[in-house]
Amino acid sequence: MTVSARRDSTAVAHLRPELRPNRASAFVRLFRWADRGVSPYVYIAPFFVLFIGFGLFPILYTAYVSLTNRDLLSPGIEAYTGLANYRELIGDDYFWNSVKNTFLLMVMCSVPQLVFALIVAHLLTASIRLRTMFRMGVLLPNVTSIVAVTLVFGQIFSRDFGIINWALGLFGVDHIAWQAGDWTSRSAIATMVVWRWTGYNALIYLGAMLAIPKEQFEAAAMDGAGTWRQLWHVTLPALRPTIAFTALISLIGQMQLFAEPLLFDASPGSVTGGSARQFQTMTLFMYEESFRLGHLGYGAAVSWVLVIITFVLAAIGYLITRRYTGDGGV
Amino acid sequence: MTSAAHSTLAELGKLRGIRRRRSGNGPAGEPSGILTRYPFLFVVLLLSSFPVYWTFTIASQTNEAVGQTPPPFLPGGNFFANALRVFDNIDFAKALVNSVIVAGAITVSTLAFCSLAGFAFAKLRFRGRNALLLVVIATMMCPVQLGVIPLYIEMQTLGWAQHLIAVIAPTAVSAFGVVFMRQYTVQVVPDELLEAGRMDGCTSWGLYWHVVLPALRPAMAVLGLLTFMQAWNDFMWPVIVLSPHNPTVQVALATLAAGKYMDYTLVLAGTALATLPVLVVFAVFGRRIIGGIMEGAVKG
Repeated sequence: MTVSARRDSTAVAHLRPELRPNRASAFVRLFRWADRGVSPYVYIAPFFVLFIGFGLFPILYTAYVSLTNRDLLSPGIEAYTGLANYRELIGDDYFWNSVKNTFLLMVMCSVPQLVFALIVAHLLTASIRLRTMFRMGVLLPNVTSIVAVTLVFGQIFSRDFGIINWALGLFGVDHIAWQAGDWTSRSAIATMVVWRWTGYNALIYLGAMLAIPKEQFEAAAMDGAGTWRQLWHVTLPALRPTIAFTALISLIGQMQLFAEPLLFDASPGSVTGGSARQFQTMTLFMYEESFRLGHLGYGAAVSWVLVIITFVLAAIGYLITRRYTGDGGV
Repeated sequence: MTSAAHSTLAELGKLRGIRRRRSGNGPAGEPSGILTRYPFLFVVLLLSSFPVYWTFTIASQTNEAVGQTPPPFLPGGNFFANALRVFDNIDFAKALVNSVIVAGAITVSTLAFCSLAGFAFAKLRFRGRNALLLVVIATMMCPVQLGVIPLYIEMQTLGWAQHLIAVIAPTAVSAFGVVFMRQYTVQVVPDELLEAGRMDGCTSWGLYWHVVLPALRPAMAVLGLLTFMQAWNDFMWPVIVLSPHNPTVQVALATLAAGKYMDYTLVLAGTALATLPVLVVFAVFGRRIIGGIMEGAVKG
């Protein structure tokens, strides 16, 4: 298609005005109609075909699979079971445990991340030397993969060889088995997420901060406000829509915490999120049920719950953003 | 190339020059504020780069050295020995090749399809344009990862499970890319220019190829880099659909860690090898990515 279309365009382009026929022939008119009327749809088609095939269809099909007892290892013998999976889910302690962990981690990951990001962004606003170096430095965590982050933090938090425990030991604290405890393991996972995303959010905030008119800061400075009070009274109000947006993205991102709890586990290959499931997230629970135990139908029910929670969050976020900005936001 | 296209390029060069000059202002900085910032900033820099530094430090030590108290804080000379052990333990070469294929294919197709669709949404008039654009924007919020179970069933049916195409196809185009490309096209390509192209007899493809594509180059660089790094780092879907015998690097790392969890020098040597390519990309093109994020272009 590329080559032929290109040839067409040059062919027509060669028809300089003096050579062009006065009245377009039927063929040329057809060609022009195809060009104006059809080509836009051709250009946007790849996106829609791929999205419908591998995005929308799977999500909708999840709803159907969740109403069956489909099994990974014995495909083709599934039966429609109605809401049985959902009824089972309501009585499943492991499921509720994963819901609890997901929401706890959501808060533990998002709040510090966004607060630190604001502070870092504020520090970066000054016309400092080495500006590019600092900006690249804060973004560095975000370009490393989640797997890499989890593996190196696994070492940093390791009970016997980790530097965290070594550093704590200098203050007389006994070695902590980070993976074993409820709160220690969640804190360690939150640390990884916060570390990976703070700089990214800081740069988004920085972009928004630099767009605030300078006069506002000068007026505040005239009134005797120092740099931190400027942050509180000038920057924060102006940044509200941006903060709402990043908070939303962060919360939705935390809904999908998967690699961290999978790879942080002290026993290799385990998918339970700790020996007592102390840090198993909903996504990891879904993975365990569907791809370890083979209960695709049951796993799909978990997925569908995740989809619904995500849409509720997105809707809330959309409404908030809309209120702040007066339009659709984004 | 027609003369119209040439003047187009000159025009765009100017426009881009103007756009680039958005200087940073920020709070009215009194000197004392600036002085206190540096210590904080260096602490931030230290914290954000430490785990990456630590990956390479541990990766270049022996396991005995790592087990000491205090642990070694400087890189040792054992990196190549550890790296060789990685290649002995798992088929890491295959994983690297697979990741290059996957990330490369996703990047190329994302750039091609997103720039085309972005151009169509920005500059072509067609029935249903606004409604379709809204659909694209709405899908940005759509957590595609949550459809993994049916997606897996789908890939099994297609016979793609365990093949790289199963990883490539679902992310071969992104809603974010389409929106980003549309926004950039609106900003940098004036309508008059396209009208002029039309007058010269350009088809819509001709306009895309000769006018829009050259103008989009900076934005495509940003999108390409982000897409490549995202594809390189992606884990959840690849670990589900690929087998350990035909993995991407991230899947291979998980296998490595699952087998020998306490062998930190081995695991982190693999991690270092897997991270190196993105670090190189980041070192060379990092400024552009930062520009993209700060302009609010990069979301999600």
